[in-house]
Amino acid sequence: MSNENFEPKIVGFMCNWCSYRAADLAGSARIKYPPNVRIIRVMCSGRMDPAFVTKALSLGADGVMLAGCHPGECHYIDQNYKAMRRYHLLKHMLAALGVEDERVRLFWRSAAEGEQLAEAITEFVADIKKLGPLHWPDNWEESDERLEALEAIVKEHEEVMEVNS
Amino acid sequence: MSEGKAKGKLAVYWAASCGGCDISTLGIDTKILDVAEHFDIVMWPCAADGKVHDIEKMADGEIDVCLFNGGIRTSEQEYMAQLLRKKSKVLVAFGSCASEGCIPGLGNLNDKASCFKTVYHDSPSLDNPNGVEPQPVTEVPEGKLHLPVYYDTLKTLGQTVKVDYMLPGCPPESDRIWDAIVAILENKLPEPGSVIGSNTTVCDECPRKREEKKIKKFYRTWEIEVDPDRCLLEQGLLCAGIATRAGCGALCPQVNSPCIGCYGPNNGVEDHGMQLLSAVASVIDSEDPDEIDAIIKEGIPDPVGSFYRFSLAQSNLRRKNKAGV
Amino acid sequence: MKRISIDPITRLEGHGKIDIFLNEEGDVANCYLQIPELRGFEKFCVGRPAEDMPNLTNRICGVCPEAHHMAATKALDKVWSVDPPSAAKKLREMFYSIFFATDHTTHFYALGGPDFVVGPDAPPAQRNVLGVIAKVGMDVGGKVLKMRRDGHALIKLLGGRAVHPNWGLPGGVSRGITEEQRKEIEARGREAIEFAKFSLQVFEDIVLKNSAYVDLITGGVYTHETYNMGMVDENNKVNFYDGKLRVVGPDGKELVKYDPKDYREHVAERVEPWSYLKFPYLKAVGWKGFVDGKDSGVYKCTPLSRLNASDGMATPLAQEQYEKMYATLGGKPVHHTLATHWARLVELLYATERWVELATDEEITSPKFRTIPTETPREGIGCVEAPRGTLTHHYVTDERGILTNVNLIVGTTNNNAPICMSVKKAAQGLIKKGQVSEGLLNMVEMAFRAYDPCFGCATHSLPGQMPLEVNLRRPDGEVIEKLSQYLD
Ligand code: SF4
Ligand code: SF4
Ligand code: SF4
Ligand code: FES
Repeated sequence: MSNENFEPKIVGFMCNWCSYRAADLAGSARIKYPPNVRIIRVMCSGRMDPAFVTKALSLGADGVMLAGCHPGECHYIDQNYKAMRRYHLLKHMLAALGVEDERVRLFWRSAAEGEQLAEAITEFVADIKKLGPLHWPDNWEESDERLEALEAIVKEHEEVMEVNS
Repeated sequence: MSEGKAKGKLAVYWAASCGGCDISTLGIDTKILDVAEHFDIVMWPCAADGKVHDIEKMADGEIDVCLFNGGIRTSEQEYMAQLLRKKSKVLVAFGSCASEGCIPGLGNLNDKASCFKTVYHDSPSLDNPNGVEPQPVTEVPEGKLHLPVYYDTLKTLGQTVKVDYMLPGCPPESDRIWDAIVAILENKLPEPGSVIGSNTTVCDECPRKREEKKIKKFYRTWEIEVDPDRCLLEQGLLCAGIATRAGCGALCPQVNSPCIGCYGPNNGVEDHGMQLLSAVASVIDSEDPDEIDAIIKEGIPDPVGSFYRFSLAQSNLRRKNKAGV
Repeated sequence: MKRISIDPITRLEGHGKIDIFLNEEGDVANCYLQIPELRGFEKFCVGRPAEDMPNLTNRICGVCPEAHHMAATKALDKVWSVDPPSAAKKLREMFYSIFFATDHTTHFYALGGPDFVVGPDAPPAQRNVLGVIAKVGMDVGGKVLKMRRDGHALIKLLGGRAVHPNWGLPGGVSRGITEEQRKEIEARGREAIEFAKFSLQVFEDIVLKNSAYVDLITGGVYTHETYNMGMVDENNKVNFYDGKLRVVGPDGKELVKYDPKDYREHVAERVEPWSYLKFPYLKAVGWKGFVDGKDSGVYKCTPLSRLNASDGMATPLAQEQYEKMYATLGGKPVHHTLATHWARLVELLYATERWVELATDEEITSPKFRTIPTETPREGIGCVEAPRGTLTHHYVTDERGILTNVNLIVGTTNNNAPICMSVKKAAQGLIKKGQVSEGLLNMVEMAFRAYDPCFGCATHSLPGQMPLEVNLRRPDGEVIEKLSQYLD
């Protein structure tokens, strides 16, 4: 597939206290950014379970964006440090699976940084477009050989049953 | 099951299994006679008689309980899973392979073609000048020979057919197997769809002393002498006990070896590996991104294998592309 | 037209399918043993830290995880170029002897032995451990159960778990034993020796005193003159844990004795399109197909082969029994497949004696059970005798000890070709002019079972799956008749 016409599906998990507001702000200020990111609000980056990320990818997302308050400014004190450690470990793991570095990224954006958030989204979408689709769901499909083989077994066993009874 | 009632029917089956689940079942010892008293064992390939054709002839739902171990990697295994599902009232995914794919599930990092390449083309002790590979159908001078089709992906029993219960462990400890059998006999099974097991973590059963989990460096098991009394994770070893379901009695930590996670995730956790990853991330003693990165890269060279040793097949992780990583 | 199959054959640790083709005259034309599964450990272990291998490869086989655990652990010693302290080697060998004794007990009483003890003509439903009890007395059942229970308990005590131990490390083991544990191990070991002696007595009383059985063992139907392989110590005595591999020819003369690390110079594996399991042969002799004799590179790796390939047993009682066996069967080497059951009992006795020797070794409770590796990891080959044949693990890693290459040749694989040949020969002797009776198919099974084949191991998937199915096919191959010894 040529990447030019490719519209990536992206999920963005945003912290309620900062980035989600930043996104709001960007929206009301009519700052333009691509519509590819489906934003999901989470109370804090500390609540972003890394399993959300892999789940999104396995359901067909081509990239996942995480955003929280700047280090030191988390509404729940140090939860975003936790998020940071998890993020690094998750990225280490995704790299081992061959998932490109750009596909999952964590941004720190405060409630006031609507413009910066829009920039981040724009940049992120452009990067994923360059990479092309991830194809995780397709890589789980079995070939047609499977159904044929199953049918063959059923048929063979039925023949034997007839002989026996 | 009360006295005087007709005997139930029990089937035990193994798909892509190592047989350890059966060995562990035999470990209930003479209690197996109690099982035989309450059930006609209509199939148990490792220990008793029973033919596929007899199962095929049964009415749907005629088997009361089927304990099914092993994952699904071939057409033959998928067929048996479907057959036993149809014929059984209660189907139990028995052990880690059937429940979450277990170690053979790590095969999902690759596909059939890359696996065949290693085994039949690149192995260092091979004599295969013509590049022969096993085929579903082979014409030999005397006729045709069939092999089941080998799939790209190993799936769990639950990903193949609907499963009523799961029994965790690789293998489940004999005592836990007996507990499950008692629950079946006394009709005290939990809600369908649940795991038959406890709902705490290995840490709760572990006798090691715990203080504070703060780690600047992870160690590989061969690198350090282990303090026999202190928590292994606090000593920097990647112990999966922290995010693994209890039930074994913390056997591995008791011989100084970190838990490798064979009992799978606790109740309510969809993804064992991510739960473990989160738990491990939270003990890293740093707030500096570069330092965090260094600690991780130095100490955890194989994150997929370390966090998803037993649950890759069950997880959301997928191959990089069809041709394997 | 009818289809003929035996399915599933029970008491086999693994799954396989045998197809027997008849020619126009109704005689056996050919025979194929198909292994219907593959797990691909060689592929997916690549990328894992090498020290995970004792735990990963355990899952190749739940019947003999201890063998994989040990072969892997020994390979790790080599990967890290580390020499374990002598107490660690002794602990490992003691653990391994306990495992061997437990496994051989299971086979003799529950899997293969009943064919003999209960009798080859007995209905299949009786040829199991219950049949043995009926024949030998209630007492034996208790003894067998106790032996198995004790064995598993000690394996758990040492390795952490009864199935899939978590114990081996490059340079040693993760934990040693206390004096109290040692006492327990010794006490159980002394009982085990008595049990082994008792088992040999059972064999003598029931099998050897029955001339019909002896004729069956020594009869041509179950005889194959192939090469034999087994691990030996520096005195050419049988050893399960460590040593050199010795191969003797059909005439009993030594062909070669080599260090397991050189396995590639001596053994190569063929691929056939109709089985997922490869077929190893001796390179020095060459692959000539599924035939025996000194010009064919087919070799066997069974308890009997190990005895054939050695000059004796390293413990006194087992040595006596070794001599007795060869005296009775007409000298070395013995090629009668069914004598494998006898050899297995000789090995059982050796394993129990070795167990006690090690449990009474003053070093066994030493706290020095580990050497921490310091060298850069690279490549290592680990080899042990598994109950079902020589087991080889070969790893290559990068400088961090992450696996880049894995090769495994497991016990049963070694016997892949001979099993096929034995079944064919049995079938040829017993199926004539299209006449197949139930009793005859029993015999085909017996030939098969003497090897105690473990296809789980071999396919790196164990006992599983469509156990064994025997199809008798007509020349057109299309349609087959079903004949089952289990049919009413
Ligand atoms: S769960 Fe473990 S013991 Fe059971 S079949 Fe799978 S690998 Fe073997
Ligand atoms: S992390 Fe491991 S060693 Fe520590 S308490 Fe939990 S199970 Fe025990
Ligand atoms: S400690 Fe962990 S790996 Fe060991 S048996 Fe228990 S759950 Fe399994
Ligand atoms: S509240 Fe925004 S990251 Fe914690």
